[in-house]
Amino acid sequence: MSSEKKKSRPRIAVFKFASCDGCQLSLLDAEDELLAVVGAVEIAYFPEATRTMLKGPYDIGLVEGSVITHGDAERIQEVRRKCKTLITIGACATAGGIQALRNWKDVDEFIRVVYASPQYISTLKLSTPIAEHVPVDFELRGCPINKYQLVELISATLAGRKPNIPTYSVCIECKRKANVCIAVARGIACLGPVTQAGCGALCPSYDRGCYGCYGPMETPNTASLTDQLRILGQSNDQIQRAFRGFNAWAWQFRQASEECQRK
Amino acid sequence: MADRNLVIERRHFVLPASEIGRLIAALARRDYEVHGPRVRDGAIVYDHIESPKELPVGWTDEQEPGRYGLKRRADDAFFGYVVGPQSLKKYLHPADVRLLSAERKDGTFRILNNETAPKHPYAFLGVRACELAAVGAQDRVLLEDKYVDPVYKERRLGVFVVAVQCTQSAKTCFCVSMGTGPRARAGFDLALTELLGNGSHGFVVETGSERGAEVLAELQAAPATDADLHEAEAAVEGAARQQVRSIDTTGIKELLYQNFEHPRWDDVARRCLTCANCTMVCPTCFCTTVEDVTDVTGDHAERWRRWDSCFTLGFSYIHGGNIRNSSKARYRQWMTHKLASWIDQFGGSGCVGCGRCITWCPPGIDITEEVRAIREG
Repeated sequence: MSSEKKKSRPRIAVFKFASCDGCQLSLLDAEDELLAVVGAVEIAYFPEATRTMLKGPYDIGLVEGSVITHGDAERIQEVRRKCKTLITIGACATAGGIQALRNWKDVDEFIRVVYASPQYISTLKLSTPIAEHVPVDFELRGCPINKYQLVELISATLAGRKPNIPTYSVCIECKRKANVCIAVARGIACLGPVTQAGCGALCPSYDRGCYGCYGPMETPNTASLTDQLRILGQSNDQIQRAFRGFNAWAWQFRQASEECQRK
Repeated sequence: MADRNLVIERRHFVLPASEIGRLIAALARRDYEVHGPRVRDGAIVYDHIESPKELPVGWTDEQEPGRYGLKRRADDAFFGYVVGPQSLKKYLHPADVRLLSAERKDGTFRILNNETAPKHPYAFLGVRACELAAVGAQDRVLLEDKYVDPVYKERRLGVFVVAVQCTQSAKTCFCVSMGTGPRARAGFDLALTELLGNGSHGFVVETGSERGAEVLAELQAAPATDADLHEAEAAVEGAARQQVRSIDTTGIKELLYQNFEHPRWDDVARRCLTCANCTMVCPTCFCTTVEDVTDVTGDHAERWRRWDSCFTLGFSYIHGGNIRNSSKARYRQWMTHKLASWIDQFGGSGCVGCGRCITWCPPGIDITEEVRAIREG
């Protein structure tokens, strides 16, 4: 890379909302690529990694976490104003995360039960994805995100090309790896057919059914999969829990979990 | 590759079961990398084979729509199963191939050495008639059409095939109706029929090429008697009689071309997951996509070719949008191409009747039933 280009390295900022920090850690975990990333961009704001906090505007903003407080709802507006390109990373930011399970419950009751001094707690009734609040340029799925997909997304954004982030099913990745289908060969309940690829079919490669960490694939037929899970002996409660994971509030999974409750 | 144009005198021998190890060794000595059936993860898959102990001795498979399971046999058959989830497509038309890599240095860029061919030619052991028909279908598309696929060609040429004649069928098999099996008639160097009757365990071997005859000459083979040939013939006929599924291929092209708006497409769309498993396991589906990737610095780039599927939205994306948004349109496209427009395109059916798309479809969509439903109006 020429020194001329280095001077105008794009400035990146990483912001956290309601989340476990695991997706930010995926960036730090990209050990082989981290130095190249730092060489190609200027890390202007990334409290998880450095105390240096430079002011905006930023070329690329990565947002982890969902919006769960009034403060979050205001702050995301400010983050959006500061970032030319806004990319949300992980199931919390793209679907509301595991904390969206509160969306079916009475949050006030939780607060009364959990906190000794509930009067200090100010929270929204729903955990919602970032895109419900501000326009988002790209949503990178996963719980956590895949570091290779993150590096690919950053590389593509820097090169001005379309990122190779497929939206088809986990099954395609699974079959490309020459895995034997655990649903067909062993009757294991697996969300792979309705879940977006990106993890490299991690769980099915280790004899576990897909948990749906990457959220609904492009055209998920959750009704057909629900029928299939019933044939495999799953109860309505089990099916509901399967869809109410990290991406429970993604509308297709949300609808599927509510449908099977009704039946 | 057994040269399909070369007519050689077909000769039949008998081979004791104990000779299978020497067959594998004879192929390895000739610098082939031998791949054959092996039990892994609850299924019989293709894998590297060095010893007969690695073969699925005493195992069989049971298949139904959306179901596959292994079961112990009462005997020690080496090839007492039907077809697994994988086909030779895994080797000859691999799922992921790096087409090129390039680097930028000092203001210029260059294409790097991109040798991807396997070091040794493949020898495949246990190849079924439907599998050979599928290789024939892929040959037609990737080798014998106007444009030759170099990736396929460098893997395909020089392949040694030891076929195994089916002596049993799965519930999902329908090769008889597709005219592709259960007997393999061409495309092999050697074809084995495994016989376990009368307390003896052995093979009737048919030579399909001079190379095959040369390999066989190194083994303890004796000429087959008429009785041996009758027994082998009866065993294969038994497999044909077991088949419970079929597609009536009479006028199938016209049938499907005239039924684009049949209500059955809506019915199947309700069940179809658009997960693409059928296309991944299909031994003839050949569609791929190409991905260009760069690293963070932009100094290295690679171009990858990967299996794609007509069940993805991206497959039919052209500028401005996707042309097959509904799963109905995608299933119809797949089945109509496989059974009808393939005939216009390549002069034969794209379906070989192996039944993999039925077994490995999680909701068990059955292509033979879909055809029947459309035919019945």
